[in-house]
Amino acid sequence: MKIMLERVAHTRSGDKGDLSNIGVIARDPRHYPVLLREVTAERVKNYFRDLVHGPVTRYELPNLAALNFVLEEALDGGGTVSLRLDAQGKIFGSRLLGLEIEVTEDELG
Amino acid sequence: MIRIGNAQGFWGDWLEAPVRMVEQGPLDYLTLDYLAEVTMSILQKQRKEDPTLGYARDFPPLMARLAAKIAGRVKVIANAGGVNPLACAREVKRLAPGLKVAVVLGDDLMDRLDELGEDFSRQIATIRPQILSANAYIGAFPVAEALATGADVVIGGRIADAALALAAMVHEFGWAEDDWDRLASGIVGGHIIECGTQATGGNCGAAWETLPDPANIGYPILEAEPDGTFRVTKHAGTGGVICDACIKEQLVYEIHDPRQYFTPDVIADFTTIALKDAHVSGVKGQPRPEKLKVSISYHAGWRSIGTITFPGPQARRRCEIAEATVRERIAQLRLPFDAMHAEYLGDEQLIQLRFGVRGKDRKAVDRFTREMIPLVLSGPPGGTGYGEGRPAVREIVAYAPAYLGRDQVKTRVEVVA
Repeated sequence: MKIMLERVAHTRSGDKGDLSNIGVIARDPRHYPVLLREVTAERVKNYFRDLVHGPVTRYELPNLAALNFVLEEALDGGGTVSLRLDAQGKIFGSRLLGLEIEVTEDELG
Repeated sequence: MIRIGNAQGFWGDWLEAPVRMVEQGPLDYLTLDYLAEVTMSILQKQRKEDPTLGYARDFPPLMARLAAKIAGRVKVIANAGGVNPLACAREVKRLAPGLKVAVVLGDDLMDRLDELGEDFSRQIATIRPQILSANAYIGAFPVAEALATGADVVIGGRIADAALALAAMVHEFGWAEDDWDRLASGIVGGHIIECGTQATGGNCGAAWETLPDPANIGYPILEAEPDGTFRVTKHAGTGGVICDACIKEQLVYEIHDPRQYFTPDVIADFTTIALKDAHVSGVKGQPRPEKLKVSISYHAGWRSIGTITFPGPQARRRCEIAEATVRERIAQLRLPFDAMHAEYLGDEQLIQLRFGVRGKDRKAVDRFTREMIPLVLSGPPGGTGYGEGRPAVREIVAYAPAYLGRDQVKTRVEVVA
């Protein structure tokens, strides 16, 4: 079945220069394997294709049941250069919660 | 065990927080983090206009307000000094003469930019004439040296955010410069509290709907042990929440590769963190990097962002016509911008058109500021929300990191008489 990422994860995002990073954390560590399978760098890059012009890299933190995505060329120059309302990448995390992912009933538990 | 509380996550954070942190429960060290990437450049501009400024001006009056409450009880560690830590320290001493104040100097590279070697010169070559500030990130050991003078208040410039808390641990527990695992654990603690309430339920996807008493949210405290382990807590009776979900969100906040979290003192491996019921243990570290990161800000042109709001029906269509009009007028005037950007904020009831430009030519950007408001009379019906008048022209101060051999950065500690 399809669910929104929000059901199994919470997120926080921020900036470093023109980079934004999104931490994606499983609400229940049992759902970490679902995040690993469903929330890939490619899907995140595609989800933000209108805003993010550089590559997206995924890092894994199994000890926290969390993933970290680093999005390059993500903030129109970042900081005071950016003309965007969200020059600091604050909204990326909340936006990503709308990502549709595929899970089985068993996995949801 | 020592208690280290952070009550300022950036310059602009809640003014009452440091006072409450000191008044509402036991505390040994109060850390205050004032600096973000762009803060240094703002302070540099202030110092250019007045050589006695260039620091977080909220800080000296705050110390005067706290002096009687902290004397002999709580030590304060702050990077409030910005680009003029000595002036900041002198102002604290003037307003609170009873406090012993020490200052960490040596991070400011502005006067030595061309003496730092070929490699560094190459890194800054393209922006050299536009550089407004350059500060090396300073680690915990010079700050611990300042605490060893017996100072009540230690002030520095670009002390790394997470090193503020680590300095207290290094000073109290006598950790060695190559005790990588303990240093890494202290950095993890410093990272958890450096953004203040982001560790206690603020800006938190896991807790916001049910967050208790947000108006009185507590700021985070580390109960740090000599072996490097610590517990995250806050004073009893304060709002917010201490939970592992919130702490995890802060752990992944503004990091890159979690296996290599770079700081001046150590490279911490965030994949080794064991977190349970707000207790942290197990953190591993690798030797500190050979080079220190340098925070550089430089002038990169001018920008302006104007807004006008249109009502429905067809609010979006009205905004599209307004945007096209502004773009055509900019083209007719041949204004040379590097970038233009439009966003539509709102729904069909009411949409704000937010239109921004940036470029090297200040006059062109200034000319743009006269192209939005006429739409009130000439654009689609109902244009409103222009009460602030013409948009402001702002200088773009861009940020660029560079890297410098650590032997090039000589820190020293001064006690202010």
